Amino acid sequence: MAVTKVVMPKLSEQMESGKIIKWLKKEGDRVQSGDILAEVETDKADVEMEAFGSGVLRKIVVPQGEKAPVGTLIGVIADENEDINALVSQAGGPAPATAAAKPATADRPAASAAKPAMADRPAAVPPQPKSEDHAARQPAPSRGPDSPGGARVQEAAAQQPAPGTPQPVPSGADGGRVKASPLARKIAAQSGVDLKLIHGSGPGGRIVRRDVEAAATSPAATAAPAAAPALRPVAPSVTGPEYEDVALSAMRATIAKRMPLSKAPVPHFYVTSEVAMDRAWELREELNGLEGQPKISVNDLIIRACALTLLHHPGVNASFQGESIRVYHRVHMGIAVALEEGLITPVLRDVHAKSLVQIAVEARDLAERARQRKLRAQELSGATFSISNLGMFDVRDFSAIINPPEGAILAVGSVRTVPVVTDQGLGVGRRMALTLSCDHRVMDGAMGARFLQDVKRLLEAPLRLLV
Amino acid sequence: MAANAKYDVVVVGTGPGGYVCAIRAAQLGLSVATVEDDRPGGVCLNWGCIPTKALLRNAEVVQLVEKAETFGISVQGMKADYAAAVQRSRGVADRMAKGVEFLFRKNKITLVPGTGTLKSKSVVEVRGKDGTTTLEAGRAVILATGSEPKSLPGVAIDEKTVISSNGAVRNEAKPKSIVVIGAGAVGVEFADVYRSYGVEVTLLEALPRIVPIEDEEVSTQLTRSLSRRGITIKTGVKVSAVKPLGASVVVETDGGRFEAEQVLMAVGRGARTKGVGLEALGVTLERGFVKVSPTMETSVKGVYAIGDMAGAPLLAHKAMAEGVVAAEAVAGKNPRPVDYGNVPSCTYCRPQVASIGLTESKAKEGGREVAVGKFPFTANGKAVALGETEGFIKVVADKKTGEILGVHIIGPEATEIIHEFAVGRTLEATVDEIMHTIHAHPTLSEAALEATLAALGQAIHI
Repeated sequence: MAVTKVVMPKLSEQMESGKIIKWLKKEGDRVQSGDILAEVETDKADVEMEAFGSGVLRKIVVPQGEKAPVGTLIGVIADENEDINALVSQAGGPAPATAAAKPATADRPAASAAKPAMADRPAAVPPQPKSEDHAARQPAPSRGPDSPGGARVQEAAAQQPAPGTPQPVPSGADGGRVKASPLARKIAAQSGVDLKLIHGSGPGGRIVRRDVEAAATSPAATAAPAAAPALRPVAPSVTGPEYEDVALSAMRATIAKRMPLSKAPVPHFYVTSEVAMDRAWELREELNGLEGQPKISVNDLIIRACALTLLHHPGVNASFQGESIRVYHRVHMGIAVALEEGLITPVLRDVHAKSLVQIAVEARDLAERARQRKLRAQELSGATFSISNLGMFDVRDFSAIINPPEGAILAVGSVRTVPVVTDQGLGVGRRMALTLSCDHRVMDGAMGARFLQDVKRLLEAPLRLLV
Repeated sequence: MAANAKYDVVVVGTGPGGYVCAIRAAQLGLSVATVEDDRPGGVCLNWGCIPTKALLRNAEVVQLVEKAETFGISVQGMKADYAAAVQRSRGVADRMAKGVEFLFRKNKITLVPGTGTLKSKSVVEVRGKDGTTTLEAGRAVILATGSEPKSLPGVAIDEKTVISSNGAVRNEAKPKSIVVIGAGAVGVEFADVYRSYGVEVTLLEALPRIVPIEDEEVSTQLTRSLSRRGITIKTGVKVSAVKPLGASVVVETDGGRFEAEQVLMAVGRGARTKGVGLEALGVTLERGFVKVSPTMETSVKGVYAIGDMAGAPLLAHKAMAEGVVAAEAVAGKNPRPVDYGNVPSCTYCRPQVASIGLTESKAKEGGREVAVGKFPFTANGKAVALGETEGFIKVVADKKTGEILGVHIIGPEATEIIHEFAVGRTLEATVDEIMHTIHAHPTLSEAALEATLAALGQAIHI
């Protein structure tokens, strides 16, 4: 009856090709629309690719471990008796982008970046836990040694959790048994809900169907805290090879390719300001003392402050378009998350319309899933402004590279306890440095400075963040 | 208004809802009084579920002896004494009622005989058979007054020629012929009992099929089975009048006249809400039933209602579940509300009928894409060995998630087999978990596995 061409989906704005990590179906397997066919490594994440047609997986065109350009035929789903020879023999040349999986067109101008790549329909429904089948999970990136006492370390790290816990969650913590009903697991797998991020309302905290259905319509409520690695002594060596060449991961290759494209053509300038964080710190402590509230991080306060301020400084929430400057009316915030093998910037959409609690919950969910490389394709593009926070590494200040076509990025340092001069003399205060990197084609120094000043005001009188 | 005793809970009515509620409350350390105008156990133990099951067992024995020849056993001079069947049934009911009395004593529950009427939200007036009244006060009052048989407009039930289940379960004399109006569980079960004892039975149903709440295929199979046993079945007929005619009675319908010695009204049951004192207190009713919250509380705080009076389905096991919820709510626990979508429904005629969840057509109406698996008992070794091959198990599953949406069983021990699926649904198991559960061989329950496999397109034995 029907033949469904399986093509390499375009899963992010920059994706040009993808690598088949693993076919989860064999030739001859019966496939239903919605089944996970394969795991694909893109430049940004490992994602699961869903079938859009039912029938038998008749042919695997691109085998496991090989790369294929976006839009290329990688397999064919058809009825048993269907003649697919013509189709398969054509393979080799890229299939038209109008193939069954409807990937976004590859030649879409970067100018339209504000529109999420897969706004209409993601070609693959990516990040899904397959809780019953740990073995089938996408291979976790290689990670350091197990981290004994990780739980204690992670509490400290959780104070500023969002971006950049240096290593992904070890699968030990990750693979801990999630109590969930079989039906809840299936619905979660089909709707892309991560069971580890939701609370069970069933007996003994078991996750049941209603929990997953609720989570599927609203972002997950609580993120499992990420474990941080413990320091391990490295024995100094004077023997053995002097160096080794490490192959670029897809993500590292993308970063290597993309960053010069930003740094060279985009004329950066930097504005730095110091923010008194004493009141924000107290507010956060007080909020986190409330029972039943999701934990608020310093980064959440900064996200909220930036989102509110950007509404008053549309010139900063803007993008250089060659002939014009596009000023956005909505704020989609890119939040840089450090991974072991690179960096990823998931996007928190319409953050200007979200409460602090919503931001906390959603940012944590994004960061958590970024570390597990389980982000959905549409969560990886479309930011209008970004934040990068290295505060948890005891960084005083730093400057970040703009992620085009965005017009600015805010680099956040740690909150430090420092001597401060007060009316009474010398006191102790909490201070944090913010550095805004701006695209000079979009804005000027004073514009960036005024924006930063308002962010600082908000953080220093933080009650407005709550309303 | 002074009350002569103060309890934590006063339960009015000791049917399956009331007595379970009282025992659960006592287990939780509450002091409990119960009010009952009949024997403890209510309709279920005394006049409904239990005595009818005793009668149906008699009917089954009669049928078995009648077909003993197929087992190579010849029986001569069999005499089936209907009066003895009723007497046995009364004995069974009596024993179960005594059981409840024993449980009350064991749990130190006070039994106050008489009819209870709410005087305030915490005081129940109990009027004894001799006309004396006492007042029982409770921190909470739980109403469990049950239901009673309904009739059709203009038709009076005299329990002689026009009888309800109340009469049917008591009368030791069987009629030569009977018209049963209503082919739900009650009508079908009595039709079975009477037919087994040689009564000419005509079964009338206003809806297009018998056991109309069950899956259509089940209705079709049951129609076939009962017709084969000589029961006349007329569906889609509306009764316009029931008139006495000499020693017999005539039922006039839009599908013809039916004459018989007796008529059994089995057109449903209505809540017993009269004389309970609901109106004066302003307890809200909805379509004749008491409106309750998920913790069984009525519109009046501290007054709870459970069981048949609190709405459909009018089933003893649903009442028991509600009794537990109400008791735990009163005790300040946070009970898990009754899952009304997961109440098994059972009819104990031969072949038995049991179901849970949605019928195939209801599941489809809900917009689900369903996978249906069916397995006949003719292909089940144990059923063949028993000589009970009528019927099948039908599993309706969600095609996408494998969720068990509904299961419909007609056949031997259907009412026991259904619980595999009840547990499965409570645990949110899917067809995969049933599939991976090893079912002992040979058992009737293997048909449950096979029907599940059939839904997956993997049945082995068919």
